[in-house]
Amino acid sequence: MSKLSLKQTLKDLDTKKISIRELNQDYLKRIKEKENLNVFIHFSEENVLKQIDKLEKDDSPKKLKGIPIAIKDLFCTKSMPTTAASKILKNFNPTYESFVTQKLLDEGSIFVGKTNLDEFAMGSATNTSFFGNTINPLSKEDEPLAPGGSSGGSAAAVAADLCLGATGTDTGGSIRQPASFCGVVGIKPTYGLCSRWGIAAFASSLDQAGIFSHNVEDASILLQSIAGFDQRDSTSAKVDIPNYFENLDDDLNGKTVGIPKEYSIDGIPMEISQIWEDAIKILEKKGVKIKNISLPHTKYALPTYYIIAPAEASSNLARYDGVKYGFRSDEIDSLDEMYENTRAQGFGREVKRRILIGTYVLSAGYYDAYYLKAQKVRKLISDDFNKAFKECDFIVTPTAPSAAFPLNEKQNDPIKMYLNDVFTVPASLAGLPGISIPFGEDKNNLPLGIQILGKHFDEQQVFNVATSLERSYE
Amino acid sequence: MKIDKNTINKIARLSRIKLDDKESEDYINDLNSILDWVEQLNEVNTANVEPLSNISSSILPKREDVSKDANSSEEILENAPDKLEGFFAVPKVVE
Repeated sequence: MSKLSLKQTLKDLDTKKISIRELNQDYLKRIKEKENLNVFIHFSEENVLKQIDKLEKDDSPKKLKGIPIAIKDLFCTKSMPTTAASKILKNFNPTYESFVTQKLLDEGSIFVGKTNLDEFAMGSATNTSFFGNTINPLSKEDEPLAPGGSSGGSAAAVAADLCLGATGTDTGGSIRQPASFCGVVGIKPTYGLCSRWGIAAFASSLDQAGIFSHNVEDASILLQSIAGFDQRDSTSAKVDIPNYFENLDDDLNGKTVGIPKEYSIDGIPMEISQIWEDAIKILEKKGVKIKNISLPHTKYALPTYYIIAPAEASSNLARYDGVKYGFRSDEIDSLDEMYENTRAQGFGREVKRRILIGTYVLSAGYYDAYYLKAQKVRKLISDDFNKAFKECDFIVTPTAPSAAFPLNEKQNDPIKMYLNDVFTVPASLAGLPGISIPFGEDKNNLPLGIQILGKHFDEQQVFNVATSLERSYE
Repeated sequence: MKIDKNTINKIARLSRIKLDDKESEDYINDLNSILDWVEQLNEVNTANVEPLSNISSSILPKREDVSKDANSSEEILENAPDKLEGFFAVPKVVE
């Protein structure tokens, strides 16, 4: 691939081999050529040029000066509207900047646009967006493929080389699964590593910001830039953020990898089992000890997630009532009518489904049977990982149960759709860091992904394994 | 069947989402199949298990208790669909 890496671009800018303007003109050109992919909800060339003008006048050294970055349209940005891919926020112009995007601005990066996603990040194919589907850039002409979701626009933006990195959010797999579908790197860090301030909330005990990039080194640079403590998010962690990039070490000799037997599930394509075995063999050659582990409650992770996430969503999305911001229905004979019509017309089908299920499991008489039960099973899932990490340094699994599927594949059955997250949800429930890296292809030459999970706040280990596997695969 | 017409109407009302008849039918089916599927959690023995509500392994940090006047009412109202003299405006609720 001829795509520039972030690391190389930073060098080229530093040695004046290329200017910020030349670099970004190149990306602007490609963005305009690839409009058909519907990657962006908001893109304005004028806005990008303004940012270039400003940076050209700025003499201070900045770590990501001039680097084109795409932002998932779930992060509030002052310079661009923020919609969460929902009609209900169609005209929302935030008056404040999210923590993560502020950090990127402080480092001097250029925001090329706001990327498409599933409405309020609820989906696995970027097909519930009010602004239409995003097309996976790896699609063949006659058959458009889904980019995965919910951060499908950001994954596609990196895959189509419309930016050097992109932000995403991951609640149950929304960074890792689209990274796998689009053949890029995607990391969801430990819950609490990046502040949630200014990210439209979906399920607050699970939501976490992360990064898409062309390779692992670039991801390690960008993650360091968006991590850090923030007192406006009560679950933000006060931990030291290492220089992941400087510390990258692909020597894994003497480490132990855990291979969970419960991740060998029926109906997974042969190629996916094959790449998993290939990854294990490579690790073995590098002197890594292979340890078969058991995470016995794995099969309960999806039903647990699909109680907890909608419950939290139903509460979080109560704020969209047509009063404070966003869309308001015209049919407003009374206050109640206004609420009910605004929310009926403003939310899409999947979002309503999750609000309804969430309201039900939290309602009087059902709370203990569903929500409390799910929180208890969540504890057991988290304990499984804690036990496993006493015997191993990291865990390796496939990222998703399939390669990218056709965009038009009918997704009438919600449960079938939810199965996309089968390998990513358990780590989300346990708050663990996970990365997906491209690793091999299926029979149609579509990329597949390998997922590496680490201990809480051990992103460095996750990056080390990822870079080691990436280098031996190339 | 856990969710019937009455239940879906009640949940929709609690959620403040107006549903038409066709939608109600669809959601009755969807919700019942999802609830049947999550029922498998009953296989798990959770006696004496503490519910996990916050996964964060860090301790909730304290901050200094100082008040700040952001004086930002204009900013807060900026996106309001309807506003009146420095307030959010809604349809009349008292006669």
